[in-house]
Amino acid sequence: MSDAGYGTAMQHGDPSRGDDGRTAPEEPANNGDGVSSTTRRARAFSAAGLWLAPALIVVLAFALYLYYRSLGFTADSTSTAQRSLDWSSNLWPQLVEHLQIAFGSTVIVVAVAIPLGILLTRPALRRVAPAVLTVANSGQALPAYGLLVLFLLLMGQGKITVIWALALYALLPVLRNTMVGLDGVDTSVIEAGRGMGMTRLRVLVQIELPLAVPVIIAGVRTAVILNIGMATLAFLIGGGGLGITINVGLKLNQDPVLIVGASLVALVALTFDWFGALAERFLRPRGI
Amino acid sequence: MSSQPKIHLDKVAKVYPGSKIPAVEALTLDVHEGEILVLVGPSGCGKSTTLRLINRMIEPSSGRILLDGEDVTKGNPDKLRRRIGYVIQQIGLFPHQTISQNIATVPKMLGWDKEKIHEQVEGLLETVGLPPDQYRDRYPKELSGGQAQRVGVARALGANPDIMLMDEPFGAIDPITRERLQNEFLRLQAELQKTIVFVTHDIDEAIKMGDRIAILGERSRIRQCDTPERILSYPVDDFVDDFIGTGSTIKGLNFLKVDSLTLTGYPTLSPGESTETGRSRLREAGREWLVVLDDAGAPLSWANAEHLSGETAGEGEEPGDHLRTDDTLFRALELMVQSSGGMSCVVDTQGRFQGVVQMTDLSKAIRRAQYEARLHYEELESRA
Repeated sequence: MSDAGYGTAMQHGDPSRGDDGRTAPEEPANNGDGVSSTTRRARAFSAAGLWLAPALIVVLAFALYLYYRSLGFTADSTSTAQRSLDWSSNLWPQLVEHLQIAFGSTVIVVAVAIPLGILLTRPALRRVAPAVLTVANSGQALPAYGLLVLFLLLMGQGKITVIWALALYALLPVLRNTMVGLDGVDTSVIEAGRGMGMTRLRVLVQIELPLAVPVIIAGVRTAVILNIGMATLAFLIGGGGLGITINVGLKLNQDPVLIVGASLVALVALTFDWFGALAERFLRPRGI
Repeated sequence: MSSQPKIHLDKVAKVYPGSKIPAVEALTLDVHEGEILVLVGPSGCGKSTTLRLINRMIEPSSGRILLDGEDVTKGNPDKLRRRIGYVIQQIGLFPHQTISQNIATVPKMLGWDKEKIHEQVEGLLETVGLPPDQYRDRYPKELSGGQAQRVGVARALGANPDIMLMDEPFGAIDPITRERLQNEFLRLQAELQKTIVFVTHDIDEAIKMGDRIAILGERSRIRQCDTPERILSYPVDDFVDDFIGTGSTIKGLNFLKVDSLTLTGYPTLSPGESTETGRSRLREAGREWLVVLDDAGAPLSWANAEHLSGETAGEGEEPGDHLRTDDTLFRALELMVQSSGGMSCVVDTQGRFQGVVQMTDLSKAIRRAQYEARLHYEELESRA
């Protein structure tokens, strides 16, 4: 199955995928709803985790807000440090830019990596899969800074350049997870589908993709978080984003600026990670 | 046999690219309407490959496959497969679909309307013994192995195909459940009369399930293809003999019935008859034992000269369970080895004594079956 060499070690997230086995062979044991108590406990636990994260995010956001208030500056302050902390003229536009970059590159990643992953797991193209993975791997292996500079040389300054550079950077997790997810689909399920006269396309759309969804979403989640983190470097080539504020804090040796900038990025990342967790939970097809 | 076989394989062969030795070598085989044909053979003989050639899950390299006389070797394989039920050992239920969605797979592809699909699914769940109310909305992981296999069968029956291909369907199930599923399936088949090709590596399962058995050797060559009785009575060569293994004669007893025997007269003693009569009957028949009957004519006990020495018959030996005329000779053997005299009483449906079966009757019956089978093969040979 994983003869293409992108096997198990790269599986992201989703530890529960292993136990798709059926309950014990004995016939009469199934009078309840059939779900064993351990899976029920695991679910209860993950449900608790799902609602603990936003609580933490709210607490952190509130703490940041109190800290921000306590700095007590005014919008017409003259110091650079204080001006850079102004919400409506600085922080908010940077936050928007930051999200634009992260989203833009994630959209590209999803649009490219998922179809590519599907193609590379089809029998005809399976042989080139390792080569494509090597390219995607090297994208991620390059230092992000270097990648940005490379794209700067190719495409010039600006947000768009950053978006493309980050897209290449975050391609790997989605591509790999799409492939691992599709390859992880039990061959007997595919065999049964084909044996009943389902076309290859129908098997892909109705069987393989739904079953691979949890793994693919785990990959997308990783990509989003990577992109949000990497977007802090966008300012280096004139892409904007919250990286500007962090940079000001560093340059001027102003801890409050540094703390506000970095905390904002962290909050955004945590929030989107939580969205990812929600997606993993609610887009996962029932029954698996 | 009917004039036109339901499935006809005409010199079907499969050679994998890069391999000189064919996986399946020019196989010609007929499967008749309404029968279960079992393909059995040692692992690696190509029996699964052969099965998968029929619905073109594996495309044959040469030869033709005819269903109802229609050549299906060319043409759309997906359309072909929708006409053929397919059950595999791993079952392969779609884990993200409910039981009813699973069963509705083929009807949906064929564009049945919702109402009809719903009725079909409910009916099939009933058929395989899973109450629809309880099971239709479950997911596969909420089923035990046996239940999942039932759903697998129901799904294969989804659009009422008249042909079913089953690849070791009960292979991964514990022995007790397997036996139950086999029996249920045979009952179902008696009703449905599908044409079934069934693959197994287990000769006992083959004997149990098959109307006919094809024993396959290397490269899926047919070594013998016949009814289980005849194969057990007359294995054509050492390969078949080895494969059916020791105890084949005993297994053959399963196919012979008690009423096929001519029961020899046996001395009895009815109530009211004196022990004197009994003793003289023993002497006349030259036997050691006679059967003491009760008022209804049912066997009461075994008695010998010693039991009959007094004025009234003494306590005889327990007769144990009685054989019915529709019991198999295997059952007869079982009772006989348990009885003290190596004999067993046969009773009719009312429980009245009919006669006695003893070891020599069994050996006679076996020899006759072997003789008939040999005759059959000699006749075939002389005709060829």
